[in-house]
Amino acid sequence: MTEFLQQLLNGISLGAIFALIALGYTMVYGVLRFINFAHSDVFMVGAFVGYYIGRHVPEHTLWGGFLALAGAMAVCALLGVIIERLAYRRLRGSPTLNVLITAIGVSLLLENLGQFFFGATPRPFPELFPVTTFIVGGVYVSSNQLVVIGVTLGLLLALEFIVHRTKIGTAMRAVSLNPKAASLVGINIDVVISFTFALGSALAAAGGILYALNYPSIDPLMGVLPGLKAFVAAVLGGIGNIPGAALGGLLLGIVETFVNGSADWSSYKDAIAFAALIIILLFRPAGLLGRFTTEKV
Amino acid sequence: MTIRRRFPLLCLFLSVVALRLAAEDTVKIGMFASLTGREASFGQTNHRGAAFAVEELNAAGGVLGRKVELLAEDTRSLQGEPATVVKKLMSRDKVVAIVSGTGSSAALEVAPLCQAAGVPLVAATATNPRVTEAGDYIFRACFIDPFQGTVLARFAGHSLKARRVAVLVANGNAYSVGLAKYFREKFTTDGGEVIAEQKYADGDKDFRAQLTAIRAARPDAIFASGNYTESALICKQARELGLSGPLFGGDTWDSPALVEIGGQAVEGAYFSGHFSPDATDPAVRSFVERFTRRWGSGPDTGTSLGYDAVMLLADAIKRAGSTEGARIRDALAATKDFAGVTGHITIDAQRNASKSAVIFTVRDGKFQFVESVSP
Repeated sequence: MTEFLQQLLNGISLGAIFALIALGYTMVYGVLRFINFAHSDVFMVGAFVGYYIGRHVPEHTLWGGFLALAGAMAVCALLGVIIERLAYRRLRGSPTLNVLITAIGVSLLLENLGQFFFGATPRPFPELFPVTTFIVGGVYVSSNQLVVIGVTLGLLLALEFIVHRTKIGTAMRAVSLNPKAASLVGINIDVVISFTFALGSALAAAGGILYALNYPSIDPLMGVLPGLKAFVAAVLGGIGNIPGAALGGLLLGIVETFVNGSADWSSYKDAIAFAALIIILLFRPAGLLGRFTTEKV
Repeated sequence: MTIRRRFPLLCLFLSVVALRLAAEDTVKIGMFASLTGREASFGQTNHRGAAFAVEELNAAGGVLGRKVELLAEDTRSLQGEPATVVKKLMSRDKVVAIVSGTGSSAALEVAPLCQAAGVPLVAATATNPRVTEAGDYIFRACFIDPFQGTVLARFAGHSLKARRVAVLVANGNAYSVGLAKYFREKFTTDGGEVIAEQKYADGDKDFRAQLTAIRAARPDAIFASGNYTESALICKQARELGLSGPLFGGDTWDSPALVEIGGQAVEGAYFSGHFSPDATDPAVRSFVERFTRRWGSGPDTGTSLGYDAVMLLADAIKRAGSTEGARIRDALAATKDFAGVTGHITIDAQRNASKSAVIFTVRDGKFQFVESVSP
């Protein structure tokens, strides 16, 4: 039983990070109907910004940790806006495929710039937050796991609030529903899209820092695999759906952890995670929480 | 086409010819190493050692009256890349022999190519026994995993007094899989028990699931047979999960990055290695001194093995009196009691280096010599 609870906790803390990255994929998809593949590299940039800020703030302090988190989120929000302005805005209205290929191009650009500036060698990530381990009924809970779960939960609630309770959130939903009609009623689409990218990229940065805190070795290609998993999580939950992305991330994290923990099956962990995706999509083509809509002509 | 447009092409052609002519009178040794990527720390140290050996060789007049030239290629720690760069070294650069400055997986990939082309390969740090089975052109400067597995099993049983050991294996990593297998064979024949074997993939960062399963089996000690990056994270997460028993690993733990990533969690951990700068041998003392004067910091395992691999090769070329592949091969195979800085090397019938191993522990972030084990 203790082992089961421990694995569940391990799975939730891994899944929380997938969820955080998945939110960025799903938000951009919700508004622009395309997959921003550069998202996983913004995640990497976030971790590196945290690394550089971490060298100037004292380790093991709450304020230092949150400062690095906030700094990385701010830098990546800006990066997201710049990427959208330079790479995607000109292509708005052109076929989705063109934008998709551009996104892959931006992703490769960021990865290789990362290798150029940061070097390809993995670096140790500083311990930003104070680290302690609690033992609750035989289950070992590290403070970093609590930080991951807490920050993810907080950001998820903040996101729900922004999307459903604020003016800009209403505008985002309007653009998502019908961009042309939204601009006709006086919504500045450019501002809304920039805001969406800023928000999504800030979440990716937060994910990057939390990931690096738990697995303190960072390199310019660190975003590729978590990014892929988070993309799967977003599809699993129903792409474009915010609670769906969170649910998909958690599920994927938990499945992966349990498979990893079984001695006989751990070699097939990715295969099993993706097989689960295929099975769920066979029965619910729009994802767990996605709504299936027919294209209107 | 005007002359002006042809001019750059002409320049290029002439410079290629000039380079060929200039390169004619050096002995070219090719090297591939993981200079960047996940295993960068190994590749860089191996390369530094090899480069230092070439510097010393040239300062002493080179081999066969010619300067030695080291052509190093980066494998970026990726699969497939070693084969690509080695083909380039053989076909474009026409190297006389190749030094492998990275782990067993890369050497296994490249060995058949070198064998087919008749270019001798000296692996500096590839410890998997299958590497030299590729053919009679493949040699190594390090000990092999069956020996290392035996050393670790003996150490776990006698010095750590462990009866129940859990093993973590990097699936798809020839080195890790082999080492875990040889460890298990020796440890179980000595009356110990491997109570859990968990797998992961190279590049994984989350091992909490495997460690939680291991914790349920209550081991006396944990043997992580993979590379330093993953192993450092394993140590860290093991401690976070309350696994307090001894942690130990093989020679791929021997990197400063182990301590940088693992921090407090790797304190008191053990691993087997090839070379200790604390050894009392005067030849080693002199090497440590020369190396420190040249690079500002002392040599480690990777640099010493890289150094020995090149010196072993240079010694063979000198004895062969030729840079012809078959002649170098025969001279390498006849190597007996060669005084390397990582111990006295004799090449056996399987073209492996027979030599001693060292056990280290981590104390205050430094690697400390514990004991030396002879074959």
